[in-house]
Amino acid sequence: MPSSYRQPHFAYLRPPDLDAVQRLRRPVVVVGAGPVGLAVAIDCRLKGLPVVLLDEDDTVSIGSRGLCYAKRSLEILDRLGCGEAVIAKGVSWNVGRTFFRDHEVYRFDLVPEPDHKRPGMVNLQQYYLEEYQSARAATLGVDLRWKNRVIAVSGSSDPVVLTVDTPDGIYELETAWLIVADGARSPIRRMMGLDIEGKVFRDRFLIADVRMQADFPPERWFWFDPPFHPNQSVLLHRQADNVWRIDFQLGWDADPEAEKAPERVIPRIKAMLGDDREFELEWVSVYTFQCRRMARFRHGRVLFVGDAAHQVSPFGARGANSGYQDADNLAWKLQLVIAGLAPERLLDTYDEERVAAADENLLNSTRSTDFITPKSGISRIFRDAVLELAERHAFARRLVNSGRLSLPAVYVHSSLNTPDVEAFAGDMSPGAPMADAPLDDGHWLIDELGGGFRLLLFADVPAAIERSIVDAFTVLRHQPVPIEVVILARRSGAVANARVRIDFKGVAADRYDGHHGAVYLARPDQHVAARWRRFDLDRILAALARATCNDREV
Amino acid sequence: MPLTLNANFHDPEKRPIRDFSPGDDFYEMLIDAHRDLSAEQSAKFNAKLILLLANHIGDLVVLREAIARAGETA
Repeated sequence: MPSSYRQPHFAYLRPPDLDAVQRLRRPVVVVGAGPVGLAVAIDCRLKGLPVVLLDEDDTVSIGSRGLCYAKRSLEILDRLGCGEAVIAKGVSWNVGRTFFRDHEVYRFDLVPEPDHKRPGMVNLQQYYLEEYQSARAATLGVDLRWKNRVIAVSGSSDPVVLTVDTPDGIYELETAWLIVADGARSPIRRMMGLDIEGKVFRDRFLIADVRMQADFPPERWFWFDPPFHPNQSVLLHRQADNVWRIDFQLGWDADPEAEKAPERVIPRIKAMLGDDREFELEWVSVYTFQCRRMARFRHGRVLFVGDAAHQVSPFGARGANSGYQDADNLAWKLQLVIAGLAPERLLDTYDEERVAAADENLLNSTRSTDFITPKSGISRIFRDAVLELAERHAFARRLVNSGRLSLPAVYVHSSLNTPDVEAFAGDMSPGAPMADAPLDDGHWLIDELGGGFRLLLFADVPAAIERSIVDAFTVLRHQPVPIEVVILARRSGAVANARVRIDFKGVAADRYDGHHGAVYLARPDQHVAARWRRFDLDRILAALARATCNDREV
Repeated sequence: MPLTLNANFHDPEKRPIRDFSPGDDFYEMLIDAHRDLSAEQSAKFNAKLILLLANHIGDLVVLREAIARAGETA
């Protein structure tokens, strides 16, 4: 383990199930206390569900592993109550620079416009995320069971029966819903005999985490064919604690064991640094990767999330980031189904939406990999031609693909969307993740959304909102699935049964094409469900029904 | 009309969600078209592709400029 980090060990407690006369029954069991499993567990607790979280180990990830957390993940972590800790410890960055041989060819800015609460990316070693999320889960009363290893799963309908091995022996427990977050190798996926299909890339990469004093700015630096590592690529990222991640492409023929030896790694790093500065090697790993997904993420009462369901190449930071979006998408649906407020079918839309998202991630990460590792002579010629042209020509810079960095999925074709009936400018179409905007008193729009359904109403002056509309707010609030109203006004004023925030810069109005009277229905995961040019109670209730699968006959 | 050097890939059949998508779609199409071709077959394929596109452009001012740009070394 790295010298810069003191690895926590969480206390194993004897599970009550070992002493129970009968098998105990739980509404939700999550397996795997990685970032994604923890996110599901925390979100379920926030929504009032009792949760058992089983993990075979008693600590956080070994090595830095998942490193880059995108703006959308930070927004989700904010909603879960872990965002501040991650931001405070992590290294925020927005700029990526790409080099070809000995010169820079391309530079991008992930957040080209101001007025977002969170930066484009934060780099933070995965063990910190797990540590913060574990603490948050414990505070919220998640029944965290370390050293509880699932050794058998029986059935995929209610109840799912798990056999769990602990230091004190084996017990069984029943659960109405099982969330599988046990990682890329997913023992549960194997126990259930389910396939995950895709391709392995014939390439190897060396990750070296190096601790040093360096004055490089907090940016992502990517080299194609640099003089210090010819014919291969290199990626540099800054992490917390003055640790730097250096990722060397090695090629398929490299010997993974030999390459991990410090006498092989250190000269590579020295060649890259180009000087005699001191550094300390913290963690080294040689990896290959796969691009693949399960055919379906829902199997009856068993739902797969994160790497257990889908895996991509690391170029683009689409692994953990898509896992957080899985958790974000799943928890509210699960809560409504368990509460009897939505039919089980709502969980089929978890599969529908997140499979589509996984396919976008797979497509982009496969394309990046094909650009970084050309598979044929002609492919390399085109790649190098793009890089040469990129230095002078904008069109070629757009084609340079060192990783299309994770952006949240837009659920364009989701059955939960209510299609537009009126014209809107901009990107906030049904299914889109909702854009942030600065509001009065240091508030942010993204924090006004999420948790439950919200209705955003744009108004120039709150006092000018018609009486009949204000009266309807109570109706919205008292639905079985309640809708809270947030008014985005240009000027202050109080309105009964609604929260008024001032869009003082007009950024929200701009991003949402929010003229006076415009209305957005926001899902609990901060995606647009529907939008209209004017308030209409019947249309809003119909859209709510559609977004919760309550609009169709069984 | 001068040679277009800004990003210009677009798909009239779909509105892209990501600005890089049309360019990446093209690049994948191009690399896929070369799959399973020998070096000589690839060179001939490229030649035909250039001739087809050049005829489509037609404007010799543009083509002269493109030829000049392609000959520049970075």
